[in-house]
Amino acid sequence: MKKIYSKPAALKETPFHYCPGCGHSIIHRLIAEVLDETKLREKAICVPPAGCAVIAYNYLDVDMAEAPHGRATAVATGIKRARPKNVVFSYQGDGDLAAIGTAEAFHAANRGELITVIFVNNAVYGMTGGQMAPTSLLGQKTTTSPSGRTILRDGYPVKFSEVLATLKGVSYLERVAVNTPANVHKTKKAIAKAFKHQLKKSGFSMVEILSPCPTNWRMNAVESCRWIDQVMSKEYPLGVIKEVPC
Amino acid sequence: MSGNHAIGESAIQAGCRYYFGYPITPQNELPEYMARRLSEVPGGVFIQAESELAAINMVLGASVGGGRAMTSSSSPGMSLKQEGISYMAGQELPGVIVNVVRGGPGLGSIYAAQSDYFQATRGGGHGDYRTIVLAPASVQEMADLTALAFDLADSYRNPVIVLADGILGQMMEPVKIPVRKRKKAFVKDYVVTGAKGRPARIITSFSMDPKDLEDHNWKLFRKYQRMEQREIRYETFLLEGAEMAVLAYGTAARIARGAIKRLRKEGLKVGMVRPITLWPFPAKIIQETAKHLRDFFVFEMSTGQMVEDVRLSLEGKGHIHFHGRPGGVFSTPAELSRIISRHYYQARRKREV
Repeated sequence: MKKIYSKPAALKETPFHYCPGCGHSIIHRLIAEVLDETKLREKAICVPPAGCAVIAYNYLDVDMAEAPHGRATAVATGIKRARPKNVVFSYQGDGDLAAIGTAEAFHAANRGELITVIFVNNAVYGMTGGQMAPTSLLGQKTTTSPSGRTILRDGYPVKFSEVLATLKGVSYLERVAVNTPANVHKTKKAIAKAFKHQLKKSGFSMVEILSPCPTNWRMNAVESCRWIDQVMSKEYPLGVIKEVPC
Repeated sequence: MSGNHAIGESAIQAGCRYYFGYPITPQNELPEYMARRLSEVPGGVFIQAESELAAINMVLGASVGGGRAMTSSSSPGMSLKQEGISYMAGQELPGVIVNVVRGGPGLGSIYAAQSDYFQATRGGGHGDYRTIVLAPASVQEMADLTALAFDLADSYRNPVIVLADGILGQMMEPVKIPVRKRKKAFVKDYVVTGAKGRPARIITSFSMDPKDLEDHNWKLFRKYQRMEQREIRYETFLLEGAEMAVLAYGTAARIARGAIKRLRKEGLKVGMVRPITLWPFPAKIIQETAKHLRDFFVFEMSTGQMVEDVRLSLEGKGHIHFHGRPGGVFSTPAELSRIISRHYYQARRKREV
């Protein structure tokens, strides 16, 4: 029988600890596939986040250097400046990037740092138990917005990719999702393109990935994927937000 | 050369190629110097970071990328850097952090103080860690101790703090920048270079398993013990035959030196122990001194921080006198000599009773 698919080499043997239906394991696998296909694994350095993917180093078989919560883009800046020939990427959630790490991400993007951010947006703080995130939708019920997010108390969902798109240092920004096979495929392409922008020294690159969190959304896996399609992607439309030819 | 410039040039001579900082008085001459000099040195990188938080984390990144990296700040900025210093200690990453101390708390003032002693010597951030703290007392020492700081940081894979103050930073003195022809080689088997031909490296301070964290913390503790055994530095001044020992560091030690010279001329038997490493603290020389005299006079530009370490070192022996003035305002040698003299005669009368 012909072998048509196997586990990517850049992924370790350890089984994922993520909840059933979670997007992290798909995103890890896509990064690993891209690193395999582009032969970048041996050049890659990842800055993992604080959050559910804090032990991403148990899965992705690349060099990893931890950063404090929110500071991944500053740490990645330091690594890239010291090792300009490596491919440096951070893996960050919505709270990490668009709340506590806003300043670091904004200025790394504005400097046009030659790093890539894998931005996992699941509209919730996953690891700490489902609190409201900067990207939580209006009306979304979380443990810290029990009656739903309100404008008056919590302000609006932050569209961080659109914010960064205003900066000249940014070379590539795309919003994708991992809720359908077609979208998973597009996500993989976007990750590969982001690394390409980094290698071509074109500027700062980021892929925002809408990712299901069934546990904290209090939904099953199928409902979560449908919610991304019918609700979440209405606030965060999929597609290329900025692309400078490289 | 000013103290701030001396630190900068010494850092570059010591192989520092990465500097990340954020403006704050009274240390601005240092990032300005680095911005200019690192553009002349091949491979030099200077970034004016968006915040102290970003600056220290860029240091963390450059350090884990294998470079010699430095940041500097003054007191309010140092508070912000504590997060990154804690992570660097946990991840066992070298780096040099200069604090040109100014008055606090809060925004305080821009004038020199020694009120960050606790923060510097007790770790400063969260968790059970220590950093070596070097306290220069001259522009020459600003240069010498900066060079030493880089070697110590690499030797122990640990952040090292240079604790200066606004006077030392601004003051100008002749200085000879230490230049070492043959650089010491350090094993850098923790640097992330890309996992080529070896298993992937994971540089983290995080442990899911509490037992792993305990092991990690004991390992760090043993490292701190080695520092305590090997890295204590101090200077003594006119201690021979003294009846009273002054304890002071940095700028306060310079004022005290002037005061002691006056007192000696007047026939008062006063000497000094000047700690150069504030952590590890030179407890042994203080214990040794306590065998020969009873009275210790601690002088600080704070309301009393190092005095606690002196008390711990003495373990109940001797008698401690203290004079401190918080940041910005401090005694001249003449004023201090009068104060020491008063304590000296009071102590002598007490001994005679």
